[in-house]
Amino acid sequence: MARMVTTRNKVISTAAAWLVGFLIFFPILWMVLASFKTELEAFAIPPSFLFFHWTTENYVTVQERSDYLHHALNSIVIAGGSTLIAMLIAIPAAWSMAFSPTKRTKDILLWMLSTKMMPPVGVLVPIYLIYRNFGLLDTRSGLIFILCLGNLPIVIWMLFTYFKEIPKDILEAARMDGATIGRELIYVLTPMAVPGLASTLLLNLILAWNEAFWTLNLSTLEAAPLTVFIASYSSPEGLFWAKLSAASTLAIAPILVLGWFSQRQLVRGLTFGAVK
Amino acid sequence: MGQITLQGVQKSFGPVHIIKGADLEIADGSFVVFVGPSGCGKTTLLRLIAGLEDVTGGAILIDGRNVVDVPPAKRGLSMVFQSYALYPHMSVRGNIAFGLKMAGVAKDEINRKVEAAAATLNLTPYLERKPRELSGGQRQRVAIGRAIVREPKAFLFDEPLSNLDAALRVQMRLEVTRLQKQLGTTAIYVTHDQVEAMTMADKIVVLNGGKIEQYGSPLELYEKPNNLFVAGFIGSPKMNFVTGELAKQRGATTIGVRPEHLKVERDGQGGWHGTVSVAEHLGSDTFLYVDAGPLGMLTARYVGELDLHPGDKVSLIPDPARIHRFDDSGKSIHA
Repeated sequence: MARMVTTRNKVISTAAAWLVGFLIFFPILWMVLASFKTELEAFAIPPSFLFFHWTTENYVTVQERSDYLHHALNSIVIAGGSTLIAMLIAIPAAWSMAFSPTKRTKDILLWMLSTKMMPPVGVLVPIYLIYRNFGLLDTRSGLIFILCLGNLPIVIWMLFTYFKEIPKDILEAARMDGATIGRELIYVLTPMAVPGLASTLLLNLILAWNEAFWTLNLSTLEAAPLTVFIASYSSPEGLFWAKLSAASTLAIAPILVLGWFSQRQLVRGLTFGAVK
Repeated sequence: MGQITLQGVQKSFGPVHIIKGADLEIADGSFVVFVGPSGCGKTTLLRLIAGLEDVTGGAILIDGRNVVDVPPAKRGLSMVFQSYALYPHMSVRGNIAFGLKMAGVAKDEINRKVEAAAATLNLTPYLERKPRELSGGQRQRVAIGRAIVREPKAFLFDEPLSNLDAALRVQMRLEVTRLQKQLGTTAIYVTHDQVEAMTMADKIVVLNGGKIEQYGSPLELYEKPNNLFVAGFIGSPKMNFVTGELAKQRGATTIGVRPEHLKVERDGQGGWHGTVSVAEHLGSDTFLYVDAGPLGMLTARYVGELDLHPGDKVSLIPDPARIHRFDDSGKSIHA
């Protein structure tokens, strides 16, 4: 018997979904609201929700005190660069593991994932020393390198599960049809893999954009991305909630917009293979 | 031309021998069916011929040329896969044209050939559709279209009809056979369905455990099976096997009688006695499953309706000219 969906149940589940959605979204909303308050109102108790003196002075101060565009550009270069390099390495790796697996493929995949199990702080000192000795501290290339390595396991895993979903028969059909490996890649595999490539790219971009541990520890000014820009507002002389919020809002705005426009792609990417 | 010869072809995956030396001569223009139970190596053998797997030993000759080191596309064969394996992002036209495009054929010629193939297969109205917008039978036709458009030396079919429902399967079976006769192209067809094998083939290869058990025309296999395996595999319902004293009297270890060669008599004299345990009335045929005591369960087929029911006593009289005899090793004894 099919389950009856009553109007009442529909109302309840819709309300519940909105509630959960609101709870998850609330911190971001609160941050945006706080960025338009004065410092005094920002930590007033009880807090005012909408009826406060709206001001954009925090944004002005933030832009004056630190160069937003400089940090934003660093973020774009570092997140974009590390993502592109990670993709270039991961595509052939995932490809070979998906289409000509060996006995050890599963072990290699697990080993790759295991590198993510260690807390990054465990290797902070050696990495810091290596970076210092090679002159990589506070350089964009240094950050691109470390973020690329950090995200590589996830990128390979995602692409691997994607490629696994492509039926081998279709590749064999292309081989029977006379396609060389290059043409098979261009005409058959890539068009079929585009959704997977796109969502992997997006997710990795977001991860790299938000990465705070290595970017905070390995950069100070020259190569500092937006994470450093935000952190600079939590200073020893006290927390400036409103300015911190304004800085954070500016920092997440680009990635939020990107995520908003690509949410279908992202959801499809993360749930791929779960439902046939 | 499409003459295919296998000489001592072997294939192992690590220590597992899938094909243990196959010798076969496939004449140009003939329709050959590989049949056998699952895991017998029939699909592997087809993939070896296609070049999708490399042989471990032996030679594969296409029109006299050894092709074991030739890549699949250069062998001049085309294949129809069980899963159809259509390119999901291409239209029907794109799918059928792909092989020609890869071969660098001129655009107008591609169009002409694609349209001709589509017309043969009644696909013309669907040329601009994507595979996901087609039914199973239509997808199958596109897969066949992709195979015929290249005018290959031979078609390789890997259980192409097993994903279709029963009615459509019978229809496609006829279409494939008719198409093959019309084109006169050699075809190798893999199936586990012995009815498909019997109805479609000019010659059948029965495979078991990586070995060719018998190679011959459908009726040869039916009338003169080489051994117990072929005797049991070809024919439906299965041949009855009787061992013991009755077999010894005829100078054999095992004797076999097909259900259609057992005459059924109600409480008759002579023959083998038993009790009906299940009776299947199909109208056109009656299948009786008879408990014949020490002889075990016997199956009898009667053409037409026979008013017998579970518990009825019957005697089964084998047609003496149609008794198959097998020796200790299961090989046929020919008088």
